[in-house]
Amino acid sequence: MFYYSVKRILMLIPVLLGMTLIVFAIIHAIPGNPALTILGTKASPEAVRQLNQSLGLDNPWYVQYFSYLKDILTGDLGTSIQTHAPIASEIWPHLAATIELSFVAMIIAIVVGINAGIISAWKQNSVFDYTAMILALIGVSMPVFWLGLLEQWGFSIKLGWLPSIGRDDIRNGVDPITNLYLIDTLLQGRLDQFWMVIRHMILPSIALATIPTAIIARMTRSSMLEVLKSDYIRTAKAKGQRMVWIVYKYALKNAFIPILTVIGLQTGLLLGGAILTETIFGWPGVGLYIYNAIQYRDYPVIQSGILIIAFIFVMVNFIVDLLYGLIDPRIKYK
Amino acid sequence: MLKMSDPVLKVEGLKTSFFTDDGEVPAVGGIDFEVKEGEILGIVGESGCGKSVTSLSIMGLLPSPPGKIVGGHIYYQGEDISHAKESKMRKLRGNEIAMIFQEPMTSLNPVFTIGEQLEEAIKLHNQRLPKKEIENRSVELLKRVGLPRAKELLKEYPHELSGGMRQRVMIAIAMSCNPKVLIADEPTTALDVTIQAQILDLMIKLNKETNTAIIMITHDLGVVAQMCQRVVVMYAGKIVEEGPVKDIFNHPKHPYTEGLIQSIPDLHGKKERLYTIKGSVPKPGSITKGCLFAPRCEFVMDKCRVNTPELSGGEHKSRCFLHQEQGRKEVRT
Ligand SMILES: Nc1ncnc2c1ncn2[C@@H]1O[C@H](COP(=O)(O)OP(=O)(O)OP(=O)(O)O)[C@@H](O)[C@H]1O
Ligand code: SF4
Ligand SMILES: [Mg+2]
Repeated sequence: MFYYSVKRILMLIPVLLGMTLIVFAIIHAIPGNPALTILGTKASPEAVRQLNQSLGLDNPWYVQYFSYLKDILTGDLGTSIQTHAPIASEIWPHLAATIELSFVAMIIAIVVGINAGIISAWKQNSVFDYTAMILALIGVSMPVFWLGLLEQWGFSIKLGWLPSIGRDDIRNGVDPITNLYLIDTLLQGRLDQFWMVIRHMILPSIALATIPTAIIARMTRSSMLEVLKSDYIRTAKAKGQRMVWIVYKYALKNAFIPILTVIGLQTGLLLGGAILTETIFGWPGVGLYIYNAIQYRDYPVIQSGILIIAFIFVMVNFIVDLLYGLIDPRIKYK
Repeated sequence: MLKMSDPVLKVEGLKTSFFTDDGEVPAVGGIDFEVKEGEILGIVGESGCGKSVTSLSIMGLLPSPPGKIVGGHIYYQGEDISHAKESKMRKLRGNEIAMIFQEPMTSLNPVFTIGEQLEEAIKLHNQRLPKKEIENRSVELLKRVGLPRAKELLKEYPHELSGGMRQRVMIAIAMSCNPKVLIADEPTTALDVTIQAQILDLMIKLNKETNTAIIMITHDLGVVAQMCQRVVVMYAGKIVEEGPVKDIFNHPKHPYTEGLIQSIPDLHGKKERLYTIKGSVPKPGSITKGCLFAPRCEFVMDKCRVNTPELSGGEHKSRCFLHQEQGRKEVRT
């Protein structure tokens, strides 16, 4: 396990470098002069030249790339054109909002999806199996924004049970410490606010969880069906082991590799900022942050936003890779 | 109460069918046999004759649906377990009746260590045993089945072991709770010849040491000759001959058994070509009238196609008109 982890970590380096290079290249391939964007089209050529120089834009691309790399490594993500604030500090609250929501949504998806998949496979062709798989089919094909609007209409407007917008009530705002509100409210001992934060998360996290739940359930079912047929499951039965135990311990661990793969992919997608869901629920996450930046042509923000999302993708995949090695002893030898 | 001479396991008129889209497939069509304490009973027959279905029926592990016991009884120590509750069967499995399978390469769980799998088997039927004790017993068991480096082996995964070693682990798991009956479903078929012999020797040794009765399922009469006291010959879901191994080898009564004996390599010295029985096993349920072996039998008579022979005889029984008519005449010419 140690060598496997070290190998994985070393393999991260070229991936991360490649990632920064691609993000750098994309931004530079976009036509238009950043100096002109900053100064406005009426700026004098002299001012543009000076700004170009001070931004380092007159240097060759590799010099620019290395200074960009140096900035990233020192935690400098540049400055927003729109707000003139450093992006690194500006983006965190948004990122935290997205992480918190994605985390809750993925917990729901994993718990519901895996259990539904397991029971469907265990009781194959039962009423439960058919119902679960029809629901899963609906889940993957239903547009999330539509589900979100439906939830708001039903649970907020008609029934009035749950708030439909934002992370907290405007008149009872959370004092951010880490910007992960569930943690912040607990740190401050504000259980009333903790409950309020949860109530705000219910609708968006369910909307966000539908597709991952459905995909995880289907993958779990097919993977489990395969495993339950195998000889070692028969061996476990011949030992006199209980079926519940066989299914949840022996079969699940064997079936877990493909399930973990889809969990990783779906987590990456959610963390990338679900713009539609965030817009509908007024959730101030990265999706919304980048969306605004695009409207203002705030290039530095767009660039750093993409970089951070890509970074999260890579890290999620890295963790999934490590978990593979932890689950399946044969993987280390390949 | 159980008497000394009573069998540990007794199968009476067992019928097991599979209910498929094409209707009922009678895989086992009413068989009777018994195993006494400490005995090694062989069950032989070609592929598809119902050997595995018989053993899975005994264990209560038929894939269900589509499999179902549709008739007969299975007595374990005098108690009918053919329709016993799952909770009752769980207490028997592994503890009283253990089983090892044909495929050592895939019968162990690839993502758990040998130790986890062996210790689980012990713990399941010995809930109160302390952890240290369970570990000691695991090491002891691995040594007993002839595995070296027992302590390290506990921490290794199945893929680090050879097929023969894995089958030894399977045997260790099966023997972990000192079962009264061990069902071995072709335990050596997938192994090299030399490893095969070692595994068979090991099973004979364990049988002598522990007095565990063994049901040795195989399609190789050579294995039966080496291990068993009595043998049951199955053909198309029915028993066609049954008796002491010596009698059956020296005086086979059924033409099918005769064919099986002739197809053993080496038993009668070198042969130019190995003898094979012509034709193949009929699909279960495809023959409804007369002797099931009639389409392949060299001695077939008219009445064989009309009437169905019964299993008859004393200690050495057979299901063939040749013997019911002509007394003790041998088939071999
Ligand atoms: N899951 C199943 N579904 C339908 N029919 C089955 C199933 N399993 C077994 N059968 C039927 O039962 C018959 C007996 O199968 P069984 O596995 O007992 O043969 P066997 O004697 O163990 O053969 P082998 O030497 O190949 O292991 C087969 O011919 C097959 O038609
Ligand atoms: S009963 Fe007839 S067909 Fe059947 S084995 Fe005997 S001789 Fe052959
Ligand atoms: Mg078989």
